[in-house]
Amino acid sequence: MTPFSRVSKYRRHKFAGPVLVVAALLTIGSAFSIASALPSATKMTSAATTTQIAEGKKIFAAGCSSCHGLNLEGGSIAPSLIGVGAAAVDFQVGTGRMPMADMSQQAQRKRPVYNAEQTAALAAYVASLAPGPSAVDGASLNYERDGNTAQGGELFRTNCAMCHNFAAQGGALSQGKYAPTLMGVEPKYIYEAMITGPQSMPKFSDKTITPAEKLSIIKWIKAAQTEPAIGGATTGRVGPVTEGLLAWLLGLGSLIGIAVWLATKAR
Amino acid sequence: MSQKERIIGGVANYVDERTGAAKWLNKNLKKVFPDHWSFMLGEVALYSFVILLLTGTFLTFWFDPSQRDVIYNGSYQPLQNVQMSAAYASTLHISFDVRGGLLMRQIHHWAALLFMASIIAHLLRVFFTGAFRKPREANWLIGVGLVTLGIVEGFLGYSLPDDLLSGTGIRIAEAILQAIPVVGSYIAFFAFGGAFPGHVFIPRIYTVHVLLLPGAFLALITIHLMLVWYQKHTQYPGPGRTEKNVVGYPLMPVYMAKAGGFFGIVFGVTAFLGAVASINPIWLYGPYTPGQISAGSQPDFYMGWLDGLVRMSPPLETHAFGHTISWNILIPGLIVPGILFTGMALYPFIESYISGDKREHHLLDRPRNVPNRTALGAMSLTFMMVTLINGGNDLIATHFHMSINQIMWMSRIGVFVLPPLAFVITKRICLSLQRADRDLVLHGRETGRLVMLPHGEFVEVHEPISPEKAWTLTSHIQPQALTNVTEDANGVAKPKAIRNKLRARMSAANAEQAPAATLTEAKELESGHH
Amino acid sequence: MSNNLEKFSDPGLPEHIHRKADSDARAEKKAERQVAILFLLSAAGTILAIGSYIFMPQDVVIFIPIMGNQNAAQLGLGIGIAMATFFLGMGAVHWAKTLMPDSEVTAERHTLRSEEVDREDFVATVKEQGGAAGLGRRTLIKRSLGLAGGLAALTPLVMLRDLGPQPKKQLNTTSWEKGTRLVTDPGDRPIKPSDLEVGAVAQVLPALKTGEERTLENIGKDAVLLIRLNPVDFNLDSQRLSWTHDGIIAFSKICSHMGCAVALYEQQTKHLLCPCHQSTFDVTRAAKVIFGPSARPLPQLAITVDSEGYLIAQQPFTEPIGPSFWERNSA
Repeated sequence: MTPFSRVSKYRRHKFAGPVLVVAALLTIGSAFSIASALPSATKMTSAATTTQIAEGKKIFAAGCSSCHGLNLEGGSIAPSLIGVGAAAVDFQVGTGRMPMADMSQQAQRKRPVYNAEQTAALAAYVASLAPGPSAVDGASLNYERDGNTAQGGELFRTNCAMCHNFAAQGGALSQGKYAPTLMGVEPKYIYEAMITGPQSMPKFSDKTITPAEKLSIIKWIKAAQTEPAIGGATTGRVGPVTEGLLAWLLGLGSLIGIAVWLATKAR
Repeated sequence: MSQKERIIGGVANYVDERTGAAKWLNKNLKKVFPDHWSFMLGEVALYSFVILLLTGTFLTFWFDPSQRDVIYNGSYQPLQNVQMSAAYASTLHISFDVRGGLLMRQIHHWAALLFMASIIAHLLRVFFTGAFRKPREANWLIGVGLVTLGIVEGFLGYSLPDDLLSGTGIRIAEAILQAIPVVGSYIAFFAFGGAFPGHVFIPRIYTVHVLLLPGAFLALITIHLMLVWYQKHTQYPGPGRTEKNVVGYPLMPVYMAKAGGFFGIVFGVTAFLGAVASINPIWLYGPYTPGQISAGSQPDFYMGWLDGLVRMSPPLETHAFGHTISWNILIPGLIVPGILFTGMALYPFIESYISGDKREHHLLDRPRNVPNRTALGAMSLTFMMVTLINGGNDLIATHFHMSINQIMWMSRIGVFVLPPLAFVITKRICLSLQRADRDLVLHGRETGRLVMLPHGEFVEVHEPISPEKAWTLTSHIQPQALTNVTEDANGVAKPKAIRNKLRARMSAANAEQAPAATLTEAKELESGHH
Repeated sequence: MSNNLEKFSDPGLPEHIHRKADSDARAEKKAERQVAILFLLSAAGTILAIGSYIFMPQDVVIFIPIMGNQNAAQLGLGIGIAMATFFLGMGAVHWAKTLMPDSEVTAERHTLRSEEVDREDFVATVKEQGGAAGLGRRTLIKRSLGLAGGLAALTPLVMLRDLGPQPKKQLNTTSWEKGTRLVTDPGDRPIKPSDLEVGAVAQVLPALKTGEERTLENIGKDAVLLIRLNPVDFNLDSQRLSWTHDGIIAFSKICSHMGCAVALYEQQTKHLLCPCHQSTFDVTRAAKVIFGPSARPLPQLAITVDSEGYLIAQQPFTEPIGPSFWERNSA
């Protein structure tokens, strides 16, 4: 038996190359995902408010004070948290925006670092230092019953569409900042964002947009989200740009392809 | 004679006795049409126009072009009891309460986008192949008229539903009118019947969109096609094709079947898009009111370059003697487009002036053989792409995590730097391709087979190309530079010295090329090889 | 030297390559069947279209992969029409390609230029019969004809005068007067300074007088954006500062560039961004333009509070709002 006979007959198979590349990509990709996965946060048992505040203070000191200051006074790289209230903490930490992963123009929504108990503790601690809007209980937002979809749409188009786009898909702000999409956002985070005005978003006081009106806005957003696409697949609900792209690529592209076929001689 | 033949004969006789059509029909049923896919782009535009007429007529049976206020009471719940114009309400009615209404709206809008896209593609084909040269300059002018009217017609069309997005577009159009010096505010007030938005603009543009412009299109398209019919279609150079013939297929039955079939295909693709892809979901935009705006507001793509130009304009206004002139609106909105479209319209005449070419042309150019024209076309395209991209800068920013300010600056600089760069690069590529053609003719096709010569040298075997291909690659006209005679026989300097010198220089640049291979050179090489 | 070089010659039309269906009867039958299948697909499409229109209820939703939930009636009608037209066309084209004669035909092009004798005849006709009109020498007729024709063209233009009113002062005035209350849009509720926190915005319109209706033309001029900042953030001269109230500042919402609604307020940078052409205004410096094509800042509305504590306008706008126009004194 010659040494070469031990080589697999698949080594020279024409698919050997591509299969190996795919396998390598999968291996590297999985290894990276596993290695970069965040360790799961430790679970907390529910505790009384004073313990909550103490826990919150501990978590704050460890994870937030390096930017926001030990006394929440803020600094050059982060704003002061005095008076932002539990609502702001619940929003920022609950959506994973805080702690910020990189010091870019804007905090992005990502997988939250802290679980619900830890978030509540942080919120209790921040609220304890200065009064501010309290966190919203999602279950209490009975927007289906108390909101008016049509009125919500009017309010949305007047107050929200200029940043978040007519279908709440999000939009560009200056210098690389953006207003994120509202599709799939929990109602309580929408409510808290309206009252706390996170980052570039202004605040919408309860006197200028009443709580009932805020519920209507949420109801409209949810209706827009679940509305069946009656005209066919949407082109992103961002307007004529994607429509034009599709007309050229799919429309004219396929017609040119057919024209080429049409003009070639049959066999 | 069979029954069928008797009937057909009877009909033909009836018509011929009244019109004398037999002779004319006989000649034209045998008319020859060249067959190339790039000649079908204009057909896509024509068939899209027919689809627009058909679907548009359907829509007019339900659309109410009125701006009177109504309270919505249809089946779309998120707009219940909302105050809106009758135009918007009737569009909602068509979309939700008329069977097939939304489908027809969508087919109509997709057909409009395809109409404009195919016109532009057709324009590019005509430009790059030189089909606008004598005797077809008039058809080119009609074409430029058609693309301009198409842009206006499309804009008016999607503004009819009076929704937030298109209403914003009308606001911007009004601002352009208002900015015109001296008469602007009057023109704006006359167009809108008073202050913006008024109550008469939608009904007025309805008349323009449904009657005046379609009438203009029908007239212009008819003349456009009649000219093509009468002057006969151009054809690509190739074996058996000359300036004095047309090679292709007869109207009946082949061309009828293919062209008629293509109509069905275009309709099918457009209907498919209308069925599966949502377009212009006006119920999500909401009715127009000047106090609202959506992030990411753009016009349809064929106006995107105008939007991009306006966005990148520097903030220039003149405030003098109690008056204001908005250069930041006039330059990108009226002056630059005016220059572009005028240049485009005059191009056949400019090119024939530079080249001095006054001959009739029925054979098309291969773009590489006219490097200057091709480079100019690439330059214009680059300009359009930069402005178009800037028109969508906010969507690009959100999608690709960039900053609108960065994109804006890139566009401001790019619009000056990139087009000349495109010109130079394209011209060089054309010249290289010409040289490659020359090599192919003289040395043949590389086969990839290696042969060892007796004395040890390895050479690649080249296969000579077919005589058909050699003809195609060498039959093109090679432009000659115009000689500039500065003095006449008596030594007197001729007038228009500068203009003639400029013309001579431009014609020399236009004539820059790699010379086509000749039979003599090929034979010399061949005898040298063996 | 180029004159001595012999060019390649035209080898003439290439040889005709016959298709399978030209000689093979089975291939011919197969092509026929293919064309028939295409036409039958078209027929099926029509049945689908008409069937969906008549029988499919309008509220049935079906799930299509990638596309999501779709309206079945609309999809059936649309796909049906698409199939009907598309396959009709494909059938015709396939028929032409495989079965119809595909030999290339050559036809002659005739010179477009007329024969010399025809051109001479034409010139003679025009000279003789056109000359009979005598326009050249009958100057009285020529001139009076010119007058009549020129005047006739004017009438249609003149009749367009009633298209609209003269602008007069309409572009310079809004509904805001001294003492007009600021009310929420929508809702029409008057606003107290305490209603707004620092960092808050409100969309605002002038309060309606009794019996008045608010039109879109009003909104197009009166829309105002109310922003509350910390007073220390302002960088204004004393006059503009006097137009604010306790950190609350009001600007016209109608963009000074081309009239879109400028309502995009970035709380952290205190910039207003217009989404149409990205003009950016600095609120702390009275909406001064810091980026983008707008050449003028947004007009500021002077505000104060009335005796009941509600926000009111101190005076009308001191300049025309919205896009520029020739008569606008912007100095």
